[in-house]
Amino acid sequence: MTAAEIRSLTVEQVRQGLTAGRFSAVELAEAALAFAQAENPKTNAYLHFCPERALEAARRVDEKLAAGEDPGPLAGVPVAVKDVILTKGVRTSCGSRLLERYVPPYDATAVIRLEQAGGVILGKTNCDEFAMGSSNENSAFGPVRNPVAPDRVPGGSSGGSAAVVAQGTAVVALGSDTGGSIRQPASFCGVVGVTPTYGRVSRYGLVAFASSLDHIGPFARNVRDAALLLQVIAGRDPMDSTSAFAPVPDYLAMLDGEVGGLKVGLPREYFKDLTSESGECISRGIETLKRLGCQIREISLPHTDYAIACYYIICTAEASSNLARYDGVRYTRRSAHSETLSDMYRNSRGEGFGAECKRRIMLGTYVLSAGYYDAYYLKAQKVRTLIARDFSEAFREVDAIVTPVSPFPAFKLGEKIADPLAMYLSDIYTITGSLAGIPCMSVPCGRTRQGLPVGMQILTRHFDETGMFRLAHAFEQAGGFDL
Amino acid sequence: MKISEDEVRYVADLANLRLTEQEVARMSAELGAILTYMDKLNELDTREVEPMAQVLYEAEETATLREDREGATLGSEAALANAPLAGAGHFKVPKVIER
Repeated sequence: MTAAEIRSLTVEQVRQGLTAGRFSAVELAEAALAFAQAENPKTNAYLHFCPERALEAARRVDEKLAAGEDPGPLAGVPVAVKDVILTKGVRTSCGSRLLERYVPPYDATAVIRLEQAGGVILGKTNCDEFAMGSSNENSAFGPVRNPVAPDRVPGGSSGGSAAVVAQGTAVVALGSDTGGSIRQPASFCGVVGVTPTYGRVSRYGLVAFASSLDHIGPFARNVRDAALLLQVIAGRDPMDSTSAFAPVPDYLAMLDGEVGGLKVGLPREYFKDLTSESGECISRGIETLKRLGCQIREISLPHTDYAIACYYIICTAEASSNLARYDGVRYTRRSAHSETLSDMYRNSRGEGFGAECKRRIMLGTYVLSAGYYDAYYLKAQKVRTLIARDFSEAFREVDAIVTPVSPFPAFKLGEKIADPLAMYLSDIYTITGSLAGIPCMSVPCGRTRQGLPVGMQILTRHFDETGMFRLAHAFEQAGGFDL
Repeated sequence: MKISEDEVRYVADLANLRLTEQEVARMSAELGAILTYMDKLNELDTREVEPMAQVLYEAEETATLREDREGATLGSEAALANAPLAGAGHFKVPKVIER
């Protein structure tokens, strides 16, 4: 296979190639690994590869094909997994010095399911430390470069997963999203990124950052592949009590449905300050939706302005408790310079965590501390109710909401790293959906004059991934990605 | 809102986090700015609003408790494999009790 062929593979093309006998799963895995390893120095998107595991998975697919058995919907497909999702026997560092040598003793449920479906995991992708960041610059192992513009960030925190799919060094990838960590990098790199309904995908084996907001979700180069990957990993898991019982519909069967007459809301709060070129791309995207027969109407989500403050209180509070487990006792790294137990805790954490993790642990500890709990944490949880209510009111009038993903396209490496508050503020369009727990996704929506990708966000009601995919697919078919 | 360096040290203590003096100074400025921004929430009257502790959606009633049945668990060897220091089936830590 040529590099150009590998780079643009779809799940469907892999299936056709395997059934027509043009390549075996092992041949594809070997070629894809060699290609990914050769390309990786350009982006630093993979942190480590797992060739043994990949070839073993590929061999199982070939054996099934030889025996005439169904090898699964992802048979032979090269997949990348964000390094905050556990892979048994394969290093999982979370982008942190602290877990540099951590080798998980079990697999995440999403990982088990994608391998059962025939997926071939090539390696683990770079990310902001413990998924905290919007640019991938908080990785202890160096930032990822955007494959579209190497002097720019790929977005974060799932920057590596977005980059490998854009670069073509994986066909699809798993990422995680807490406040936009799938959608924002998808928009910066020009690929599809999906944050499903909270609870749609089991979080078992996803290293916890903010448990009431964490999601696992897919990256792909087209809507069909994203829907297929979600199909494989979605559904109730007894190992995660917050995973939903709701049955998983057949997303692919309903992908081609009609979108004419669909009521699509544009929240005025998301467009009032959108003066950048990204706004022009989104306007062209909306024109495309109109041509498809969607009924566009303006709506209001009145509490939008409070979302960032609300989100950063809740996520840091939950992070400060979740990250308490890294104390030098169980997880590989312990400070070498400690006499007492208490010093050992403090030094191990002080030496192990990077600047952004420390900042969030401190903020979270502060907002949960005696005297401040009601003023910050409880207050934020109440505001979260108001934000979620905004969406449920809006969904009485409309079937889907369309917004930009980010106020601007990919920025330059180093451009925003000095000002943490400015970095937080750039998450404005993605964190509201996360707080409400509704499905949301980013689809490519043209490029700026400089050639930087812009993403359009689609949000729907809880568990209406079907409607979201259908609209995204119609948009893609109508040429929306290349506006 | 100002967060003094002493407050930073107090919170770092609660979080079991060793900070350098440089980090304390930087944290004092950054936390102050971020918390000032968060005070924005006080513009909203939330006296009648329930806190959203978890994501809620319309769903049928489900049995969220599984049956109490024995299953496979990690063995102690696997559980200890990532420990910086282990021995005799336990995690080892610096001495806690003085003789």
